[in-house]
Amino acid sequence: MTVASPQSSPPPAVGAHTRAAAGEWGARLAVAVEAIFVPLAGIAVSFALFGVFVALAGANVLDVYYQMYRGAFGSWFSFQNTLLRAAPLTLTALCTALPAQLGLVIIGGEGALVLGALASVVAAHALDGFNPWVVLVAMGGAACLVGGAWIGLQGGLRTLRGVNETISSLLLNYIAIGIFKHLVEGPMRDPASLNKPSTRPIGEANALGSIPGMDVHWGLAYGVAACFAAYVLMRRTTFGFAAKIIGGNVRAALLSGLDVHRIVIVTCTVAGAAAGLAGMAEVAAVHGTANASLIVGYGYAGVLVAFLARQHPLGIVPVSILLGGIGASGGLLQRTEHLPDATVNVLEGILFTVILASETLRGRLHFLSPRPVQNAPLPAAVETSRAA
Amino acid sequence: MPAQKVFAAGFIYVGPKGDYGYNQAHAQGAAVVAAMPGIKIREEENVPETEDVQKTMQSMIELDGVSVLFPTSFGYFDPHILKVAKKYPNVTFLHCGGLYQEGKHPANVGSYFGYIDEAQYVAGIVAGMTTKSNKLGFIAAKPIPQVLRNINSFTLGARSVNPKATTSVVFTGDWSLPVKEAEAANSLADQGVDVLTMHVDSPKVIVETAEKRGIFVSGYHADQSTLAPKGYLTGAEWNWGKVYSDYVSWIKAGQSYPHLLRGGFKEGFIKMSPYGAAVSGAAKAEADAAKAKLTDGTLVIYTGPIKDNTGKTVVPAGTVETQTDINLEKMNYLVEGVVGKIPS
Repeated sequence: MTVASPQSSPPPAVGAHTRAAAGEWGARLAVAVEAIFVPLAGIAVSFALFGVFVALAGANVLDVYYQMYRGAFGSWFSFQNTLLRAAPLTLTALCTALPAQLGLVIIGGEGALVLGALASVVAAHALDGFNPWVVLVAMGGAACLVGGAWIGLQGGLRTLRGVNETISSLLLNYIAIGIFKHLVEGPMRDPASLNKPSTRPIGEANALGSIPGMDVHWGLAYGVAACFAAYVLMRRTTFGFAAKIIGGNVRAALLSGLDVHRIVIVTCTVAGAAAGLAGMAEVAAVHGTANASLIVGYGYAGVLVAFLARQHPLGIVPVSILLGGIGASGGLLQRTEHLPDATVNVLEGILFTVILASETLRGRLHFLSPRPVQNAPLPAAVETSRAA
Repeated sequence: MPAQKVFAAGFIYVGPKGDYGYNQAHAQGAAVVAAMPGIKIREEENVPETEDVQKTMQSMIELDGVSVLFPTSFGYFDPHILKVAKKYPNVTFLHCGGLYQEGKHPANVGSYFGYIDEAQYVAGIVAGMTTKSNKLGFIAAKPIPQVLRNINSFTLGARSVNPKATTSVVFTGDWSLPVKEAEAANSLADQGVDVLTMHVDSPKVIVETAEKRGIFVSGYHADQSTLAPKGYLTGAEWNWGKVYSDYVSWIKAGQSYPHLLRGGFKEGFIKMSPYGAAVSGAAKAEADAAKAKLTDGTLVIYTGPIKDNTGKTVVPAGTVETQTDINLEKMNYLVEGVVGKIPS
C-alpha cells in the first residue's frame, strides 16, 4: 500500500483492475478453502492416529468410531449432551482467544471463572427477594465485573509492569482458587452444608432455565452470542483493528499513536468477563450454589479450544462442539468398549498436537492454490508503480 | 417390566476405579453385583460433580437402559441426582452419603452410608498396641464432621489401650492431593510418628510413603496391604458389595427398599483389612474383642465423659451418643489426645 503514492500513479487501466479483482477473489477463496481444509485434514489424521491407539488397546476401531458418533451426535439426546458440554468452553475459550489478538497468551480462565461464580452468588444473596430477572442480570454483571477485573489485572501487569502474562495468569489461577476455597469454606459457608462446604443456595426462583425446546441451559446461548460479539469487535471495528496492529508489532502500534495500555487492559477485561460469565452460568443453571465442584478445569479446556480454533472467535463455536462431543462420547466408550476414561484425553492430545503442527502446512499446499506465485496478478498500484 | 429383559445397574465414580481408595471400594461393590445372575452393570469413572454426572446418568438410562443407578460420590446428590430423578420416576437412584429426607426428596431416591468410624476405632486399638513412640499420625482431607469423627474414633480406640498415645493430624485441604499427602506423611515420620492412617480419597501415596520410611500404616476405604507388605497393620474398609447386592435384589424383585440405610459392623457395611504380619497376638485379641462389642452394641464409642483437646467437655459424663445420634453428624471438635486443630 505504501509502494506508490496516489499522486504519482496514473489511473490503472480497466483490464488491470478487473484482473486484480479476480485475483483477489481467487486468493480469498484459496485462503478460505485452506482455512477449512487444513484443520479438517488435521482432524481426519488425528482420528486415524487415535484408531491405531485404540486398536493397540485391544478395541474394535470401527466400533469405537460408531460409539463415539452415537454418544456425541447419534441422537437428539446425545447432541444436547454435546452442546451442554460445549457451553462453558465457548466462554472460557474467549478468555484466551481475545488477548491472543494482541499477541498475549493468557491462561487464566479458570481463576476468572471461579471468582466470577463467587461474585454471582454474592449478587444473588444481596438481591434476595427481587424479581428473578433483576437477580440474574445482577449475577451476570457481578460475574463479568470480577472476572474482568481479574484478567484485566493480568493485562495491566503485562503492559504497565512488563510481567509475563502467561506466568502471571497461570499463578493467579491458584490464588483465585485459594480465595474461592477460603471464602466458601470460611466466611461464606452455609452452616447447613456439613460434609460438602458450599455457599448458601441462590434459590430455585433465580435458577437459569433451559433454552426453549432443549435440555440445554442458556449458558450456551451466552457463549455463542459472546463469540459473535467478539468476532465483530475484533474484525469489524477500529478497536479490533488497533488490537491487530498491537498483536502484529507493538512498537509500530506505539509509533502510530495507539493507546496500547488502554487497548490491552480493555481486551483482557472483556476476556475475563467472558470467563466470569461462564462461572455465573454454572452457578445459576447447574449448581445453584458455589462450591468446589466448580473447579473442574473448564478454564484450562478453554485454552485448548482457543488454540484449536486458531484464536478465531467464530472458530471457537465449532471447536467447542467438537470437544463437547468428544467429552460426551467418553462415557459411552468406557461403558461399552471398556476403554479407560483417559482414552478421550488421548484423542484430545492427538488433536491438539496434529492441528498445531498442521499450521506449518499453511501456504505450502500448492494443490489448493494452483496458480504459481510469479504469475499472480499484482495489485494495480504495485503493477503501475513497476511500470513507471 | 418384561421378564426376559436383562436388569441393568449403572455405577458412577468421581475418580479412577483403581485408586486403592474410595472409588475402588465402590467398584468392588459393583463387581459383586455384576456376578449376580441376570444382572449386567455399566460403569463410568472420573465423572466430575457437574452437569457431566447428570448427563452420564441420563445417558446410562437412555442408551444403556439401566433400571437402578448408583452415583457414588457425595457431591452427586444435590442438585444432580435430585434433578435427574425427577425426570425419570421409573428409575431408582441410590446415593452414598445418607442425605435422603423423606417428603423433601423424590420417592425414587435412596441414600446409604456406613459408620466406618467403628472400623477406625478398631484400627486405633491395633495402632495403639503397635506403636513404640506413642505417636500416631492422621492425614485428613477436610475438617468436615465425617472426617473429624474418624480422627476422634481412631484416637479414642488407641487411647483405650494405650493412654499415652497421641494422634497428630494434618489437613491437606482436599480429597485428592497426592503431593501434599506425601509431604504430610514424610513430615509426620520426621516427627517420630510410627503409625499412619488417613481419610483421603486415595490412600495409595500415604501407604507407599509409610512403607518407604519403614513405619506402620493402617489403611482406609479399601485394602492397601499389597502396597505395604511389611508395614500394613490393618485398615478400615467399606463392604459395599453387601449393600449393593441387597439393594439390587430388592429392586429387581419389585420389593420396597429402605430409602435411608445406614450401618456399621453389625449390618455388614464395613470390615477390617486382614491383620498384617507386624500385629501382635495381644493386639489382635484386643481388636477382635472391641469389634465383637461394637457388633453386639455393648460398646458405644462416644460414651461420656469425653473432653476435646482444649479441655472442654464435649460429651458429658452419663451421656451415651450411639451411632444414630444426630450430635455425631455435626461433630466439630477433636478429642483429647489429638495434636492439631480444626482450621477455620
